[in-house]
Amino acid sequence: MPPTRDQKLDIYRFMRLNRSVEERLVNLYRQGKIVGGLYRSLGQEGTSVGSAFALEKGDVLGPLIRNLGSVLVMGATPREVFTQYLARASSPSRGKEGILHFGRPERGLVSPISMLGTLIPVMAGVALAAKMQRKRHVALTYIGDGGTSTGPFHEGLNFAAVQRLPLIVIAENNGWAYSTPFRKQTAAKCLADRAAGYGIPGESVDGNDVLAVYDATRRAVDRARDGAGPTLIESRTYRMKGHAEHDGQTYVPNAELMEWTRRDPIDRYVRQLTETAVASVEELAAIDREIAQKLEADLAEAEASPMPAPESALEGVYAEAGPVPESMMIRRRW
Amino acid sequence: MPVTLEPRPRRETTYIGAIREGILEEMERDDRVFLLGEDIGVYGGAFQLTAGLRDRFGEERVLDTPLSESAIVGAAVGAAMMGMRPVAEMQFADFISCAFDMVTNFAAKSRYRTGVGVPMVVRGPAGGGVHGGPFHSQNPEAYFAHTPGLKIVQPSTAHDAKGLIKAAIRDDDPVIYFEHKFLYRRVKEELPGGDWIVPIGKAALRRTGRDLSILTYGAMVWTALDAAKTLETEGIDCEVLDLRTLFPLDEEAILESVAKTNKAIVLHEATRAGGIGAEIAAVISERCFEYLDGPLIRVTAPDTPVPFSPTLEDFFLPNAEKVAKAARALVAY
Repeated sequence: MPPTRDQKLDIYRFMRLNRSVEERLVNLYRQGKIVGGLYRSLGQEGTSVGSAFALEKGDVLGPLIRNLGSVLVMGATPREVFTQYLARASSPSRGKEGILHFGRPERGLVSPISMLGTLIPVMAGVALAAKMQRKRHVALTYIGDGGTSTGPFHEGLNFAAVQRLPLIVIAENNGWAYSTPFRKQTAAKCLADRAAGYGIPGESVDGNDVLAVYDATRRAVDRARDGAGPTLIESRTYRMKGHAEHDGQTYVPNAELMEWTRRDPIDRYVRQLTETAVASVEELAAIDREIAQKLEADLAEAEASPMPAPESALEGVYAEAGPVPESMMIRRRW
Repeated sequence: MPVTLEPRPRRETTYIGAIREGILEEMERDDRVFLLGEDIGVYGGAFQLTAGLRDRFGEERVLDTPLSESAIVGAAVGAAMMGMRPVAEMQFADFISCAFDMVTNFAAKSRYRTGVGVPMVVRGPAGGGVHGGPFHSQNPEAYFAHTPGLKIVQPSTAHDAKGLIKAAIRDDDPVIYFEHKFLYRRVKEELPGGDWIVPIGKAALRRTGRDLSILTYGAMVWTALDAAKTLETEGIDCEVLDLRTLFPLDEEAILESVAKTNKAIVLHEATRAGGIGAEIAAVISERCFEYLDGPLIRVTAPDTPVPFSPTLEDFFLPNAEKVAKAARALVAY
């Protein structure tokens, strides 16, 4: 089923929100306020938003560091994202963790860890639980082109395939794993080809065409929900910035960057929406203004919130220590 | 009508049977509990520990998996996060290295990082004495005792094997349950009926004594008791403390024993450097230094891989004779 007009506008809103939140993060980074690194998602918003938007209430998503859009679609607030990067006590991880490393599975988000590939078996486990609990929920997660070279990627996908688990894996091929290009990561032509090795459907989509990503994910989600097992989707996109903000990506050919700038997923979607008369330029600009206003308030609130008390470093390792104070305030869009 | 009381036939349960019984009871008690691992279902496990459980609970709750330790533990983590109570089997404890990341980085840190608990058990047969060679004999507990967020247990008796697996399954945090394969069918006892557990974090005094404390766990508890019997004939009175939980250590029980005997041997089958014994030595030194009348002695395997040939492995493993020798020297100190 193609997205309705309202859904199409929501998709636009989340892509813009993704980029606008990140623009504020870049400002914070330049002001030296961000603790740790900033891993950009510029140019990859279509993949994150298009895929996450195909999920329903009860489904669970495991993002990677560049899937800011996915996390926002699942209901995390910009304020939560800001507090994570600012390492505040009010952050969802209470300052124990940074970046997009936060989540509550019962609210649809599983926090990744930095060891890539590990989310695939874990999300297979999330899908296994859904199956055992007779819930028709699916699990969706991501892997970079680099991450597909890890052992857990293989083990997790194979396990999910054998068990016919409701798992969707989006292999986000953005051309680079830090400074390592795709051709040095794998001899495969296309990451979707790997699906054949697991006996599951594989599909490659234009990751900068948000509706194409949505459509492919939606079909995979439907299959998973119907008990037909996992799908591997390669989303062809491009990492427009370095690995993190410190990385000037001198190893990236300029011509490639120029070419992919032309294919910017938001610019493309704006053209699509206006050319098909779904929305006018003015309507979209109004959405942009609304987002900008809201973000100023969120950011001010996040910056005003305190750092964690030093001794709270000792809290929360084991359950006996008592429940962790609730600071996760994900509001889902449903 | 007169009631005739007939003596109930004694029914002894082996260590391996006790683990099975504990798992079975928890699976009956709580339908969130399920097992996953290699060859555990149809075949009943490499040691037949899960024999019969698939017939009883079905293939979904006794899940045969591909040969993928990372996927087994990873899937357990994900399922635990979603409210299940998985018990993942490593066919041999040695193979937990293949799932190291899942255990130490995903499971152990989840609650601290994100507030999301991972109530799961990873269990498997550890230990030597069966000529299994370098990859079927290891005692990998120390790697995990160094990882905050995990609990590590190792029972020495059938009673504790059952009580600890039940406690581990009910625990809200990830528990690594190492069972000693040498004890599987060599140790048996009559178990009490009813629903009971052995609490995690509590040591058990196996023998009281005045002259020195032997602090140990797993199969070495029996070695310590053997040594104590020999030493008794020489007038040396040993106390034997079975730690049962290796993290968090029952420091109070250790201190109480050492404060009484004033001399201590730490005995473990695992290799020496960086082992659990080193941690216990540090705890004793920090917390009851004034009570010590002699150096703390470690009796452990040497710092080599576990050798294969029986003559080599027998030389490698701690035994009652080595413990007795250390005890005599310590008493004479």
